This record gives sequence, structure tokens and C-alpha cells, in this order.
Amino acid sequence: MLAADVALNQYLILSAFLFCTGVYGVLARRNGVLVLLSVELMLNAVNINLVAFSAFTRNISGQVFALFVITIAAAEVGVGLAIVLLIYRNLRSPDLDRVDQLKG
Amino acid sequence: MLRNAWLIPLLPAISFVLILLVGKRLPRKGAEVGVGMVGASFALSCVALVQWIQRVDDHEGSGGGGHAVRGLAKALVPAQEAAEHGLPGVAAVTRSFTWWQNGGVKFDVGIQIDGLAVMMMFVVTFVSFMVHVYSTSYMEGDRRFTHFYALLSLFTASMLLLVVANNTLELLVGWELVGLCSFVLIGHWWEEKPNSDAAVKAFLTTRTGDVGFMIGIIIIFFAAGTFDINGINEYALSDGANHTLLVVGASCLLLGIIGKSGQFPLHTWLPDAMAGPTPVSALIHAATMVVAGVYFGARLFPVFYEGFSIDAGGINAMALIGGITIVIGAVLAFVQRDIKKVLAYSTISQIGYMVMALGVGAWVAAVFHLFTHAFFKALLFLGAGSVSHSGSHHSFDMKNDMGGLRKHMPITFWTFMIGSLALAGIFPLAGFWSKDEILATAGHADFEFFLVVGLLGAFMTAAYMTRCVYLTFFGEYRGHGQPHESPPAITVPLIALAGLSVVAGLINAAPLGIEKFTEWFEPGVAFPVLEHADFNYTLATVSVLTALIGIGIAAYLWFQEEELGAFKGLTQRNTLAHAGYAFLENKYYLDALYENVIVASIKGAIANVSYWVNQHVIDGIVNALGRGATTVGRATYDALDQRAVDGAYNGIAEATGDTGGLLRYVQSGRVQRYALTLFAAVGALSLALWLVY
Repeated sequence: MLAADVALNQYLILSAFLFCTGVYGVLARRNGVLVLLSVELMLNAVNINLVAFSAFTRNISGQVFALFVITIAAAEVGVGLAIVLLIYRNLRSPDLDRVDQLKG
Repeated sequence: MLRNAWLIPLLPAISFVLILLVGKRLPRKGAEVGVGMVGASFALSCVALVQWIQRVDDHEGSGGGGHAVRGLAKALVPAQEAAEHGLPGVAAVTRSFTWWQNGGVKFDVGIQIDGLAVMMMFVVTFVSFMVHVYSTSYMEGDRRFTHFYALLSLFTASMLLLVVANNTLELLVGWELVGLCSFVLIGHWWEEKPNSDAAVKAFLTTRTGDVGFMIGIIIIFFAAGTFDINGINEYALSDGANHTLLVVGASCLLLGIIGKSGQFPLHTWLPDAMAGPTPVSALIHAATMVVAGVYFGARLFPVFYEGFSIDAGGINAMALIGGITIVIGAVLAFVQRDIKKVLAYSTISQIGYMVMALGVGAWVAAVFHLFTHAFFKALLFLGAGSVSHSGSHHSFDMKNDMGGLRKHMPITFWTFMIGSLALAGIFPLAGFWSKDEILATAGHADFEFFLVVGLLGAFMTAAYMTRCVYLTFFGEYRGHGQPHESPPAITVPLIALAGLSVVAGLINAAPLGIEKFTEWFEPGVAFPVLEHADFNYTLATVSVLTALIGIGIAAYLWFQEEELGAFKGLTQRNTLAHAGYAFLENKYYLDALYENVIVASIKGAIANVSYWVNQHVIDGIVNALGRGATTVGRATYDALDQRAVDGAYNGIAEATGDTGGLLRYVQSGRVQRYALTLFAAVGALSLALWLVY
């Protein structure tokens, strides 16, 4: 249980900060592994939001959603890492800028 | 049977179809179908004849009495008195249904069976039956045997259709079908040019008359307002009839009769029609083609009676045509070498008698002569065919290939003799009674001129038949073969026809008190009251004597002197005789007149006009159309195809290409650029939402 004296806004600000960091990572990093890590940051920012709202509204369903998100994220990282591994094997580099074979 | 008389023409028509469909596969090549069907048709005609006679007798028995008045003493009863009695005779049995209707005018198809039709059906089916039987042997092995039988049946069916028709349109259909069949049958051996020429000539010559015939039917329709034969006859006899229209209509119809029945001046096709097989000649001359004209004249007699004012006596067009034809036909019969052509000219002359009889108001005599003539003329033709079949190796040349056949072909000889004597009008054979009745009426009804013509014709008939019989059956055989008697299929019809040629006349033998023909077959309604001449013993004696003198002179000339007798070499010695002979040899130059003068002059003019029209009008139209089409085509190509259609498609293609070129920059293939777009879009949307709320 979170302390009542800590305001909801503080959680939300933390969460927004983490999310923005994630977005920046996804858009700016060139390494595929770091992009995946940034995605995890965004997901956890959402998780913090869910848990915070759940606590303040005394509704358990937000925490259940957070558990689901963690589970799905694990699966997602599994698939994502496999893709990055294959990119690395084919291109001898984890650099996402070089993956532009679908250019129109 | 009278109400179902439509069966009688239907049977030969079915036979036609059957023979065409399956004839070739049958053992006798279709002949059995033709003989069977026409035989059945003949049997039905006999039934119809008997029923009609019963009907007439019942009518008299029940006190109708129209014919009782007209019985033995009818000639003594003045016309007015008979009319005052007002006793209707036996009405015709009619039956019809509407074929189609158009603007208040109804066109019927139906049958009208009266004495005339019944008599005619009997004659047509009988002669046709005989011809069918005869042809099984005569035409044996012919290359188009089946075809021949099919058309023979159709010929019979068409004539019967013409006979039973109850309106002039239906009659016209039969009339034209008869013409068509005669065309095909005359040209049966079309591989030889003269035969197909003869067929074309027959068709075109009768067609000339048919034009008048059709115009006549139309005029009479506008006069009487109906095509119904009974209606037309009633109209013609009514007081309100338009006499001018009747005169014009009757004249046009007479033209049709002239063409069909081989009357002067359109008789020239008939001798050439001998190119057809002999059974066809017999059928054409005795039962179908040429008597159709006379039958029509008898059928619409009131129209001619009123139109030509026959009751007035004197001279009228119909009687005059008949009279001229009697003489010119008989004269030409003298100079023929071909036995069939002798008979053809004889037919022309005899049909002339019938037309003349109609023209002098001797309706019964005309129809009676048609009746008797059918038997002996069919007999003579079939006899001539028998001679050529078995005696002269398919030649009809009397001077080169016949002679002396009397001993070799006794049945043919005797039947031919009977036919010749009947034709010559020797007592008591059929021809005597009918010819005498024509002469008696002509003499009685103020037509003395035609009485003389008739006697002259009788004299010449007897003489040329004597010549014909002499050249064929007497003297030395001049052919090159083994003449023998013909097989039974040929001789049996000859004997049957000979029997009827002997007795047929007795049906109307006035001195014996028998006038059944008048009683049974003269129409009782819609018919002018005609005077019937008494049997005139003086006249009868004179006519028989005339015929005997004709026979005597001819016999003297040919029997007593060697070969051609006193005439031998006459045409070479005497210029006048030579010129006369040449004149006759060339058939009065009528053919030359038609072909070289009339046809040639019209032909040239028509050809020139047609050529001019072709060059200037038709070609002009065609060229203008062609040019117009080209112009339109070019304009379409330039404006529509090149600019509008092609432009639209090219424009669409270019637009698509340009759009694609622009859009390809979006498709960078880089994941992060896509993600940037995604987040930018989400940011923009969020901003928009925040601004709105």
C-alpha cells in the first residue's frame, strides 16, 4: 500500500518521465537492443500509472492489468530479441538504420 | 363426307410430304404412297359425289322442286317464270374458319362443296389416280422417280385445293401452286435445254395472265366487298352491282383464264409443255392445269355473265376468245409431226369450246364438256405415251418412228380409236353429247356466229384426229425397233378411261330422257337463270355428219393415196400452199412476235432504264453512303477515339504514376521513421483533443 501522503501527481510525473525517456530511446537509438530496452521503459511507465490509479481509486483491476502487461512484455522481449539476433546475423550489425530493404 | 371434303386435297398433300421424306427408302421408291393416297382421295371423292347426289334427290323429293321445274321441260319454261318460282336449289355445303382479320376485313379459309366442286373432285382424283398408276410403269427407272411422284401428288393436291376453295384468295393459292407444279413437272428432265426452256415459258406465259387474274380478284373484292365466292356471285347478280367494276373485273379475270387455259393469244406455252413426261401432259390437259381456268370461269360464272352481258347475245369477249382458239388450235394440229403436239393443239381447241360455251351462257354444256373431255383427253395422252413407251422407242415423231402399230399394240390402238372418235364427237361417245350441247345452246341463245365456228371446229377436229390415227397406227411401221404391247400398269388405265369415254356422255343424254348432269351439278343458288336448249336433232345430225365428212376427207387423202396422198409435194410445188404451210409451221409467228418484238423491245428498254438507274441512282446512293461513312469514321477516330477515350486513359495512368512517385518517399523502409510518424500523429491528436476540451 502506498503512503497516503504521497500525492498521485508525483507518481504520474515519474511515469511521464519514464515514458518520455522510452520514446526518446525508441526514436533516437540506432542499436536494436537499446530500442527494445526503451520499449520496456515505456511499458513500465504505463504499469506505474495503472498501479497508481488502482491504489488511489481502490480498484484492484488496474493491478491485474499491470500483471498482464508484465507477462506480455516478457513474451514481446523474447520475440524482439530473436528478431534483433537475426538482423545481427544477416547484417553483421545491430544497427536499425541499415534495415531499409522495404524502401519504396 | 361433304362437310369433311377438306380431306380430299389433304391426302395428296400428305402424300407429297411423305414421299419427299421417306420415298427413297421405300421398296417402290414412293410410288406406293402416291398411288395409295390419291386412290384414297379418289374413294373419298366418290363418297362425296354419291352424298351430293342423294342430297339433290332428297331436296327434290321434299318438294324443293327447283330442279323439277328445270326437268325435262325446262327449256320450255321461260326464264322469268322460273325466276318467279323463286325456288332455291340445293345450297352448297360450306365450312370455313377465319384465317386472319384486319381492320374489319375477314380472310377465311374454307371449303365450298356444291355440284360443280363434287364433279370436279371426281374428275381430278380419277384422272390423277389413273396417271399415278400409269406412271409406275411409264416412269420406271427414271433418275428422279421419287421426286416425280412427290410433285405429281402436290399437283393433284393444289388442283383440289383450288376446287374446294370457298373464297378467291384460297383459290388463288391453289391456282399459283398448280402453276408452280406444272413448271417443275414440265421441266422434269431439265438437263436438256429445250425442256427447261419450255418450263420457263409455261411459267412466264401463264404468269402474264395471272397478273390480270390477281388484279381481277382485287377489283372484284372492292366491288363486292368480299372474297367469298358465294358472296361475289350473289353480289354480281344483285341489282346494286356496279356494272363498270364487273366489266373491268371480269375482263381481268378472263386474262387469267386465257393464260391458264391456253387460250388465244397466250396459248403458245401449251404445245411446248409437251417437253414434260407424258403422264404429266395427261394430268395438265385433262384434270389440273388448263381446266383450272374453265373451272374458275364456271365457279364465278355470274361475274362473267353480268360483266360481259352474256344474256344479251351477239358477240362478247369470252365467247370470241373461245371461238378464235377453237379454229387456230385445230388448224395448227394439222401440221404437227409430234403426236403429243397434235393432242396439245387439240386441247387448246377443246378448251376453246368450253370457254366459248361459258361465253354463250351454256354453263352446263361447258362443264359437261370439261367432264367428258377429261376422260378422252387423258386417254389419248396416255395412249400416246403407251405408243412411245413400247412402240417407238420414246419418240413422239409420227412420221419417222410410228405407223402400222395397229397390229402390234391392239389395246392401245382400240382405246386410242375410242378416244379419237369421242374427241371427234361421233355418236354415241362422250364427246358427241357434250359438244352437241354446246352447239345447241349457242344456236339457241342468239349466238349463231359461234354455232358456225363450233361446227367448223368439229369438222377440223375429226380430220386432224384421222390424220393422227392414220400416221400412228396404219400404213407401214417406220420405226426401228420391236413394237409390242405395253404392260398392264399402262393398259389398265387406258381401258378404264376408254370405258368412261364411251359412257360418260350418257349422263346428260337428252333424247334418252336423262339429264342427270344438269340436275345434279348445276348450282341452285346465286346463279343466273339460264335457258337450256332443247336437244336439236337436225343440229346433232349436222354435227355428226360434219365430223364424218372430216374423217372421210382426211381418210381419203391419207388412205387412198400413197403416204401423204394428194398433198404430197404440194407445199413444194405451190408457192401459196408453201407460204401457208410455213405460216402454220411457225405457229402464226406468234412465238416470234412475243420473243422478237414484244419481249425484245421491252427487254432493251427495261435493260437501259435499269442500267441508267443502276449507274446514276443506286451507285450514287451507294457512293454517297460510302463517303458519308468514311467521313464519320474519320471524325470519330480523331475526336472521340484519339482525344476523348485515349486522353482519359492516358490521364488516369499519368495521375496514378505521379501519385505513386510522391507516395514512395513515405515508404522509407526505416522502422524508426515510421515510429516517429506514429508518435507525431498521436501527439498532434492529443494536442487537438486538449485544445478542444
